[in-house]
Amino acid sequence: MCLGIPGKVVELNTKEQWAVIDCLGVRTKVYTPLVMEQIALGDFLMAHAGYAIGKIDVDEAKETLKLLEEISRNDCLF
Amino acid sequence: MIAFSDAHLGRIFLPKLIDLAHKTTDRLGRPLILMEVCGTHTVAISRSGLRSLLADHMELRSGPGCPVCVSDQSDIDRIIALARLPGVIMATFGDMVRVPGTESSLEKERALGARVEICYSPREALSLARDNPKNEVIFVGVGFETTMPAIALTIAEAQKLGLNNFTVLSIHKRVPPAMKVLLDDPELRVDGFILPGHVCTITGRRVFDFISSEHHIPAVIAGFEPTDVMQAIYLLLQQITRREAKTTIGYTRLVHEEGNEKARMFIDEFFEPVDAPWRGFGSIPESGMALRTIHQRFDAASRFPIEAPPSSPPEGCACGEVLRGKFKPPDCPLFGEVCTPSTPVGPCMVSSEGACAAYYQYA
Repeated sequence: MCLGIPGKVVELNTKEQWAVIDCLGVRTKVYTPLVMEQIALGDFLMAHAGYAIGKIDVDEAKETLKLLEEISRNDCLF
Repeated sequence: MIAFSDAHLGRIFLPKLIDLAHKTTDRLGRPLILMEVCGTHTVAISRSGLRSLLADHMELRSGPGCPVCVSDQSDIDRIIALARLPGVIMATFGDMVRVPGTESSLEKERALGARVEICYSPREALSLARDNPKNEVIFVGVGFETTMPAIALTIAEAQKLGLNNFTVLSIHKRVPPAMKVLLDDPELRVDGFILPGHVCTITGRRVFDFISSEHHIPAVIAGFEPTDVMQAIYLLLQQITRREAKTTIGYTRLVHEEGNEKARMFIDEFFEPVDAPWRGFGSIPESGMALRTIHQRFDAASRFPIEAPPSSPPEGCACGEVLRGKFKPPDCPLFGEVCTPSTPVGPCMVSSEGACAAYYQYA
């Protein structure tokens, strides 16, 4: 039920507060009034039940991936 | 974004995680129990194989994380009774259709002539109302904090459009009050919680702080890719080894300390907390969300007051025990024999996010 669909913003209508997001080639229209941050084309949003519930912070995503890769390479675990 | 579902990272991270789990359980002298309280996690954990891959060192147990499953039998029966009213179009998320009530289900009612429509977004129910002005469209508002803002904004839109034939039956549930009841159970032994990332996107981290500050159990807010779940387990093992108990955010790309204030503002505008019954738990104080009196015209409960016949959960069904984390799905005597996804007895076998369905499908 709490399944989210992450997608890249490929179309944006700020006046009517909706965006079209692309998730692995599937395009979906989502409403954006819940998103607190500014949205631009190319941003990533998390959508749930037809509404975007938040903007995905790409820098944080990269940071997490970097950390996981470091842990995977490192012998000392903590 | 794709990188999180990339199998390569998972493949190199998993051996480290298993090694760490081995060391941690060795030190403790017993296997660990970690609980997830989100149906989407239940499915992610089963589908990715993590549940079985880590089984030698820890049990990944499911809690009350599936909104359809935790809906009380009396609410299911009320929905079925509403669907029987002449002129009503019952609009709902798909999982609700096959949930067995005491005597019937929406699926059976549909076969008998009731109009039941499946929606992905509550906005689709607005189109139904607009296109069918002589009918009453009732949308079943089921879901946790993640779903409530979408329903609130849909009601706002109905208001704007001046729709008089659209109402919501709100059986929404709030996660923190149920977690409090779980944690107050002296029999529950859980070493760490994997917290629901999308609920926390709305609520923020702080509302779950009591898990660690009052109950001294580590908790990590997790995303839904297998890599996210592995990261959360890693962070929990780290806390367990260091004998720490904190509620932290693993899903930092989406969850903020304060959550989504705008979404909460919309929820507060339309809904207020009320005591609500949960399957397996009984009534939990302030765990439900009812429409505020000023929005009564959109409230199916006040617009269509009905007396549903007395409810009783299916005989022999252990969904209540599964949702309280007392039973694993295979502990239920009906599991896999009488109760299967094609002949489900209880909601945990019906819902795509139910623990029994996930165990059955991916075991």
